Amino acid sequence: MRYSAFSILKQALSGNRLWTPAWREPEPKPHYDVIIVGGGGHGLSTAYYLAKEFGITNVAVIEKGYIGSGNVGRNTTIIRSNYMLEGNNPFYELSLKLWEGLEQDFNYNAMVSQRGVLNLFHSDGQRDQYARRGNAMRIEGVDAELLDREQVRRLAPYLNFDHGRFPIMGGLLQKRGGTVRHDAVAWGYARGADQRGVDIIQHCEVTGIRRENGVVTGVETTKGFIGCNKLALAAAGNTTTVGRMADLQLPIETHVLQAFVSEGLKPVIDQVITYGAGHFYISQSDKGGLVFGADIDYYSSYAQRGNLATVEHTMQEGVTMIPGLSRAKVLRAWGGVMDMSMDGSPIIDRTSIDNLYLNCGWCYGGFKATPASGFCFAHLIAKNETHRVSRFMRLDRFERGYALDESGKGPQPNLH
Amino acid sequence: MASLISCPHCGTRPKEEFSIRGAVVARPQPGAKEDAWYRYVFIRDNPKGRYQEYWHHAAGCRRFLVVDRDNLTHEVFAVTDATEFAKNAEVAR
Repeated sequence: MRYSAFSILKQALSGNRLWTPAWREPEPKPHYDVIIVGGGGHGLSTAYYLAKEFGITNVAVIEKGYIGSGNVGRNTTIIRSNYMLEGNNPFYELSLKLWEGLEQDFNYNAMVSQRGVLNLFHSDGQRDQYARRGNAMRIEGVDAELLDREQVRRLAPYLNFDHGRFPIMGGLLQKRGGTVRHDAVAWGYARGADQRGVDIIQHCEVTGIRRENGVVTGVETTKGFIGCNKLALAAAGNTTTVGRMADLQLPIETHVLQAFVSEGLKPVIDQVITYGAGHFYISQSDKGGLVFGADIDYYSSYAQRGNLATVEHTMQEGVTMIPGLSRAKVLRAWGGVMDMSMDGSPIIDRTSIDNLYLNCGWCYGGFKATPASGFCFAHLIAKNETHRVSRFMRLDRFERGYALDESGKGPQPNLH
Repeated sequence: MASLISCPHCGTRPKEEFSIRGAVVARPQPGAKEDAWYRYVFIRDNPKGRYQEYWHHAAGCRRFLVVDRDNLTHEVFAVTDATEFAKNAEVAR
């Protein structure tokens, strides 16, 4: 069923009795051309682009829970492409371009809202650094504007401009950045992939990877053995666990990142705003809740829940940036487990096993990358060659000394 | 995460006094091959479950400790001084 104003009207007149499920719930077939492990944003978008752009439709997405139950439903929904390094910027810009056309492309309302992303700076040194980042973006054709204090004040008068230690001196604005309704991204990709013949198999956990003569022949699952020609891993948070089934040794540590939402408020925060003297980001959902988050919890964790000390730290940062936040009540907090790679950047690459492909290491930044990650991963799987914009996201870059260290930090997950 | 850590020198202390350094991985000899260093710096076992991490008691004795804990249930099994831990590992080897 194609969604349109007409279809809504038609359903309304017939009492909403004719809506059909957005995707099927098939039993697994004995064999697929491609199996994707992980029904999150990246797995589903990979399946969607494999079917739509590369004509490979005999594909299964295997998910141990329900689709969207992992990090695609647990993030702070921010999209942006304000990256500096040559290895990152074109990739995230491709992603932003795909976001811009996504809803028409997959015929689903994902509430893509380009409300702008504003990064605040608090010192002369930081202004220089942000100017440099903005220039690097503009060289790549990405929009960036360096705002002074008064320009920021016009956008967000409620900020704490005269903080004694971290006064706000200005900000770097990317107007094309914004937010997206995260669950709808998973649903839209799932529906689009399903319509093109992809089987989405939920509540099916991969328990083993079967190999013969050095190549993968299929996966053992809780629904039995499923054969495949190519196997693609997109199991963020559990990459190491799944990778170990194929004896992969990876530069990944799993950490928990928390996010928070306040009670619904009248519209107050128009952009996504990030704090430069710490690590804090906030936006307001269309429902009115303030959605915000900060750093990871600093210790390795597979639990989808966080620690109170990090909650306190996050609130302190928030109130330092926007004193008025102290009056808002937090409604919910949750945690997601994520692959923290050793340089803070992702991996989209082949592995030592010929027909095993790897997509992992997204650290904090997986959500905004969802379309480009799926597109580049599908390109890699279909053509067996790396897409131009993901060519720096190689698995062997650590060994070769080509770390993609956007934030200028070394191999310590808890520093990113 | 457990909120209290039993430091062998300072007693039971809140976890906010500690700063976490990361997985306990044996440091290669200075003359070791590049591959050994690569594995030491970048590759992690990253197990789901029992896990050993270096914790620095930054707001206490300032000793490095090895915290043996479960990263899914957050149960803490043992806290050992890092020097002690290395000695025991040496004996076991």
